[in-house]
Amino acid sequence: MNAISKEPERQELEMLLPWHATGTLSRRDSDRIERALAADGELARRYALVREELAETIHLNESLGAPSARVMEKLFGAIDAEEARAPRRPPSFDLAARISEFLAGFTPRTLAWATGVAALAILVQAGVITAVVLKDDSAPVNGGPKLASVNRGSFAVVRFAPQATASEITNFLGAYKASLVEGPLKAGGGLYRIRLAEGALPPGDVGKIVHQMQEESRIVGFIAAAD
Amino acid sequence: MQSTSDEVLIGRIANGDRLAMQVLYARHHVRVFRFVIRLVRNETTAEDLISEVFLDVWRQAGRFQGRSSVSTWMLAIARFKSLSALRRRPEEEFDEDSTAAIEDEADDPHLTLEKKDKSALIQKCLAGLSAQHREVIDLVYYHDKSVEEVAAIVGIPESTVKTRTFYARKRLAELLKAEGIERGWP
Repeated sequence: MNAISKEPERQELEMLLPWHATGTLSRRDSDRIERALAADGELARRYALVREELAETIHLNESLGAPSARVMEKLFGAIDAEEARAPRRPPSFDLAARISEFLAGFTPRTLAWATGVAALAILVQAGVITAVVLKDDSAPVNGGPKLASVNRGSFAVVRFAPQATASEITNFLGAYKASLVEGPLKAGGGLYRIRLAEGALPPGDVGKIVHQMQEESRIVGFIAAAD
Repeated sequence: MQSTSDEVLIGRIANGDRLAMQVLYARHHVRVFRFVIRLVRNETTAEDLISEVFLDVWRQAGRFQGRSSVSTWMLAIARFKSLSALRRRPEEEFDEDSTAAIEDEADDPHLTLEKKDKSALIQKCLAGLSAQHREVIDLVYYHDKSVEEVAAIVGIPESTVKTRTFYARKRLAELLKAEGIERGWP
């Protein structure tokens, strides 16, 4: 086995040793370091020092104890006081969040496992959305007539890619300041109607947003501007 | 059984779910406290600060973007509040070594014995690092944060995270050497 002869290369790898020890490196970097450790005795000796530091840092931090119960009392006292002064609006018709929460139980691998499973996931998703829509329709709407407002604004219809995770869909909608307002549409195919803006945008602007969204192929399977 | 993810809890907190807040607090308060107390070195201040950190989480949950993990987001808030508290206490310099502030326990016979223990000495020297070095060492070794996450929490480039951690380790080796422990590096 050949030791790493170039000190700069060793130093570059050495800088990554703390993250290798905690397992937070990418697979590629981790493999690189494993190979270097096997070939370079000096690097392996230095890695042993890193592991020693890691163990002692954990011991040190674990010896620091925990905050007293008064912290939690103070925190929730402050929360209660804040809520009494200015109560939050009741949960809104945040379909994306509800889908996100429901689908959080599915791992990306599960969702992408097979076409059948993906199709099933879409069916389940559709069922949940329908249930949520029906539930919200009959719920008190202190925050305003949420469902009545689905006809105001600029819209698109979208089918999410089967491999898109719940958090990705949520982040995607958030990034575009879009919201999920309706779905699955009767047209079928797991289509959902999303609002791109509260107001009516010029067709050119809508087209631009739709085009940008279409580029995100990991999340969007199909998208088109809609009335 | 799968526990509710932090991201889902944040979504519930954004809708005013107090129970979700309790779950999130139970899950993270000890680690956030330890991160803060290592920076501010005062238990009462640390307790006040974590209360403020979680109150901010309650207030800002609706604005959480999910660009980082919830724990990374909370540690970033905790760091900001700790530094603000330190600025109000000018006697605590954030970027200076704190070895002078570490109590000399040499006169205590029990601890003198303990000092001979390498483990105790390493911990003493870890505690003696500057706050800037302590925080990267803690984030990497104790809070399991990746290079990218440390960069997000501390607000520095990833390359700086690597070099700062490297120099923190070098400084630790120097402190150990001064205590009589020669590690053959750097």
